[in-house]
Amino acid sequence: MISPGLDFDIAHMLAGGLVLVSFMMLYQDRLYALINVLALHAVVLALSVAWQAYIHDAPHLYITAAIALVFKAIIIPVALRRMVFRLGIHREIETVFGIGLTMLAGIALVGLSMEVMLPVTAHADPVAREDIALALSVVLLGLLVMVTRRNAVSQVVGFMSLENGINLAATGAQGMPLVVEISIAFSILIAFIVIGIFLFRIRERFDTVDLSALDASRGER
Amino acid sequence: MNELAILLVPLLAAAILAIVPAYRLSARINVIACLVAFLAAASLLWQRPETGQYLLIDDLNVVFIVLTNFVAFTTSAFSASYIGHELETGRLTPAYLRFYHAMYQVMLFGMNLALIANNIGLMWVAVELATLSTVVMVGIYRTHEAIEAAWKYFILGSVGIALALFGTILVYLAARPVVGEGMDAMVWTELLRHASGFDPSLLNVAFIFLLLGYGTKVGLAPLHAWLPDAHAEGPTPISAVLSGLLLNVALYALLRFKMLLAANPGAIAPGPLMIVLGLLSLIFAGFMLYRRRDIKRLFAYSSIEHMGIIVFAFGMAGPIGNFAGLLQMTMHSLTKSAIFFSVGHVAQVKGTQRIAEMGGLTESHPVLGWGLIGGVAAIAGLPPFGVFQSEFLIVSSTFARAPLLAVLLVFGLLIAFGALMLRLSSVAFGPPLGPVGPVKASYVPMFAHLALVLVAGFYLPAPVVAWFQHVAALLG
Repeated sequence: MISPGLDFDIAHMLAGGLVLVSFMMLYQDRLYALINVLALHAVVLALSVAWQAYIHDAPHLYITAAIALVFKAIIIPVALRRMVFRLGIHREIETVFGIGLTMLAGIALVGLSMEVMLPVTAHADPVAREDIALALSVVLLGLLVMVTRRNAVSQVVGFMSLENGINLAATGAQGMPLVVEISIAFSILIAFIVIGIFLFRIRERFDTVDLSALDASRGER
Repeated sequence: MNELAILLVPLLAAAILAIVPAYRLSARINVIACLVAFLAAASLLWQRPETGQYLLIDDLNVVFIVLTNFVAFTTSAFSASYIGHELETGRLTPAYLRFYHAMYQVMLFGMNLALIANNIGLMWVAVELATLSTVVMVGIYRTHEAIEAAWKYFILGSVGIALALFGTILVYLAARPVVGEGMDAMVWTELLRHASGFDPSLLNVAFIFLLLGYGTKVGLAPLHAWLPDAHAEGPTPISAVLSGLLLNVALYALLRFKMLLAANPGAIAPGPLMIVLGLLSLIFAGFMLYRRRDIKRLFAYSSIEHMGIIVFAFGMAGPIGNFAGLLQMTMHSLTKSAIFFSVGHVAQVKGTQRIAEMGGLTESHPVLGWGLIGGVAAIAGLPPFGVFQSEFLIVSSTFARAPLLAVLLVFGLLIAFGALMLRLSSVAFGPPLGPVGPVKASYVPMFAHLALVLVAGFYLPAPVVAWFQHVAALLG
């Protein structure tokens, strides 16, 4: 244990770093770059979780940190890269709105999550309080990535960053049981998604500006 | 013992079914495993285990468990007669069929675990498991549409489930100062006992996330986008269990958290939120019913409509509202799965799901046709059936308490009624359209469900009424 002030500052910095990396996702327009940012996101999460494990003296959280580091920062990004290559997916990402507008929306979402979470967690301990508010920002930014991207791989990236935010919240809630189990369950979910993309060769999300394709995929034949 | 049986039997059966190659044998094993699970579930009515940190049987979830295992059993019997045809027409290969049967049991395990869990974390994992197993079954035909439906279900379901987890974490945060750190703060019975001491504002935010998260899985508008596709593109037995069971499981999770809020004096009343979402789903789905051209999609929207009615009833709460909600839920599960049993065979014999290409069923296949008419009449809320009773209860109790809401409710019900009758008349009557070949079907599951719904319309046994009243009082 170092001084409580420093503990708090480092936990805060790492959680803030996660929000920052989420913002970096919003302006990537190349798929490979987006996957690299995802790996960075997972590394920051691993550091943050490991720091929580250290200051709260909760060794089981190191498992969650290790899962984040090995599975999410290495295995999944490598698998996604190979998939982009093998399936010949467009390397450029189509966004629904412009980058500027998306960034503004992201800032609004972070403001919203602070506005919602800080007052209601007034009685919780300060580390958990900041962590939960920042975690909600990461969750909402992850949703924003999913909504504004048209391609399956970048949707998975958005979902994974959303899930990282939830992991941050779960580890921030001091002494929460089943955190490790839940992070394993989520890893299985993500593995399923990635395998699903690969097996079914989902290149794009199914909405497109091509009206004939739209008719076929509405299911109302 | 019996509480473990409803978990272990499906798990064991899944392992066996994964290695049995012959499809007739595995279909039979599937039915037998479901029957054993149902008997074990029914025995819970008399013999109840001690409440532990992980498992809980109380008056509320035992209703859901018995209903779930019953419908899973009848659906497995329907599936046995349905799935052979899929193999003959080449829509499924034997390997996929093996996978299908194993997944069916995994799904039953997931649903039973979610219902029996006394731990909000375990419940969440179980709902996720049940969702995953249905996702792979929705995509099992591997057509472009099926994969699209599975993908959509997957992504929306995952987002929903992620939001639900965030809500679960917030509940833990609210409970920690009162219950203490560690496992106890996630144990349902402990949470309920201490709920009055929780920080109300944190609980409120948690409920919003849980409502959005589990509400996605209930299929409430505007979070329903996955539901029609998943129902239309998967095998019909899966449509039956999705509508009849999985939506209920998600609803059960919501009801649990609603009880938590009701036990806290400072928290917002969850009722109005549920009423708004319920009415929105009812009216929206009512209008959407008119434009459906695919028969399974039609009944999928009807499920959204009914989930809307049920959530509305639970939102109105009070002894009558909750009673009617429980009754409506039970009746809807039985009726909707019966409809899908009949629709499954109709779609097989006609070789299409397009409503425009089927017609005159009462002439070409009288048993199927009249079964379908019975089911649709029941689901539309026509008098001799049980759905009429529960809808009548909901409408009349709402008129007494909030006339304006009742007007909206009746409006939605009438819209949906009109749409269902319109579609039914073109499918059931008139000159036969499409292939009129014989159908190999077992009618027992369909008519068993319809008979139950019909009997419930005339007569509800006094113990059942007392039971439901007791549960309704628990729900507050």
